[in-house]
Amino acid sequence: MPTHFIVHDKADTVGVVVTEDVQPGKDLTGWIMETDETVVLRSLDTVPLGHKIALGKIKAGDAIIKYGNDVGRAVADIGEGHHVHVHNLKTKRW
Amino acid sequence: MGRYQFSGYRRENGRVGIRNHVVILPLDDLSNAAAEAVANNIKGTLALPHAYGRLQFGEDLELFFRTLIGTGSNPNVAACVVIGIEPGWTGRIVDGIAKTGKPVEGFAIEGNGDISTIAAASRKAKEFLQWATEKQREVCAIEELFVSTKCGESDTTSGLGSCPTVGNLIDKLDPLGVTSCFGETSELTGAEAACASRAATKEVSDRFLQVFRAYQEVIDRHKTSDLSESQPTKGNIIGGLTTIEEKAFGNLQKIGKKTKYIDVLKPAEAPGKRPGLYYMDTPSAAAECITLQAAAGFVVHLFPTGQGNVIGNPIEPVIKLTANPKTARTMSEHIDLDVSGLLRREMKLDEAGDRLIDVMLRTCNGRLTCAEALGHREFVLTKLYQSA
Repeated sequence: MPTHFIVHDKADTVGVVVTEDVQPGKDLTGWIMETDETVVLRSLDTVPLGHKIALGKIKAGDAIIKYGNDVGRAVADIGEGHHVHVHNLKTKRW
Repeated sequence: MGRYQFSGYRRENGRVGIRNHVVILPLDDLSNAAAEAVANNIKGTLALPHAYGRLQFGEDLELFFRTLIGTGSNPNVAACVVIGIEPGWTGRIVDGIAKTGKPVEGFAIEGNGDISTIAAASRKAKEFLQWATEKQREVCAIEELFVSTKCGESDTTSGLGSCPTVGNLIDKLDPLGVTSCFGETSELTGAEAACASRAATKEVSDRFLQVFRAYQEVIDRHKTSDLSESQPTKGNIIGGLTTIEEKAFGNLQKIGKKTKYIDVLKPAEAPGKRPGLYYMDTPSAAAECITLQAAAGFVVHLFPTGQGNVIGNPIEPVIKLTANPKTARTMSEHIDLDVSGLLRREMKLDEAGDRLIDVMLRTCNGRLTCAEALGHREFVLTKLYQSA
């Protein structure tokens, strides 16, 4: 079974897609590195290799957590399985 | 002699290089033509043209001299010919390099013209080259190695795979007495507290934060946006990185899980304490950062990339690794080590780190990197502000 996405920390709200075949409706297998757990998720977007996918529902204004740390704020509501990138995530700095 | 060793060139001051360059170093932009002519005359020498050296002043001028003197002083350089428009500042570079004990001689163009200067400098360059090419490598202990790192055209695979691979190497080699260096001040934004916590002492941590805040002030003074497409770069964003905070945590993976940095260096400042990991205040642009690290005396560079930065440096070999399977496939001629198996869970981080140590030692022993084979010689000086 291929690993479609990888999650750095258990606390993270996004995972990183590591295959080139993530399309809407695809059932994905993920690996949480910190805890060595396997998780599953259904993709609702085309998510390119290296791009992030929401692991659960995220509300506008929420901090996005990756590496167990705050890496910016959601600027739109993001549903589980959706693509997370510059259209819905912004820096809190600068 | 321990498990890890390499064959290098021992220089007059005891430091060890892994390359044996005879450099033709122009003092200033005006002297690039003469320097390149000398390198064309004397095959096997290396000219380092650059854009600056005129009417700089204050701290910017000090950085300029530190960078040029440091470049000539790097142990990967066997000997150096300096060419400048006038003898004063040319002599300052020559005197700085001469402190290492290596052969160095300066030539000035004013009152002589390009043609006579090129003739005289070419004769000296030929003498240096024939002397240098008789030097033999000798077996050296791993603690004589100075290793720098900086990542570029990063993407999320950098934080997942290639940067942690460098971190694994640092965690393994730091206890063995290797001297290493990381930098990229702006690219720690969002992860500055995590970086500060990795300093060996409170004093070093405070100095890091002081340097970090000073860089933020420069960005705040000049910014016209949130820097999206500059930091993170357009390439970072294509690769899936969204914010500077996300990029910063990926970047910081390069110093491993446990190694502490023991000092904060100014740009191009040589490490002055014992062996260990050093933080250097540098820009995050690849060519500038590596040029400054090479000028501080680091002899081999580890460069994780995601989307495929093609950077090299004229005197410090740049080893590239990627965890991005697409980059490894489409840009294979640039990639010295493919660790994309980490993302497929076919390779463990410990194995990736061992493979990087192996590639690094082979490079130190003389194997050319992809960037060397492809002729990448990006030599870019950092300028702090306008010239007078």
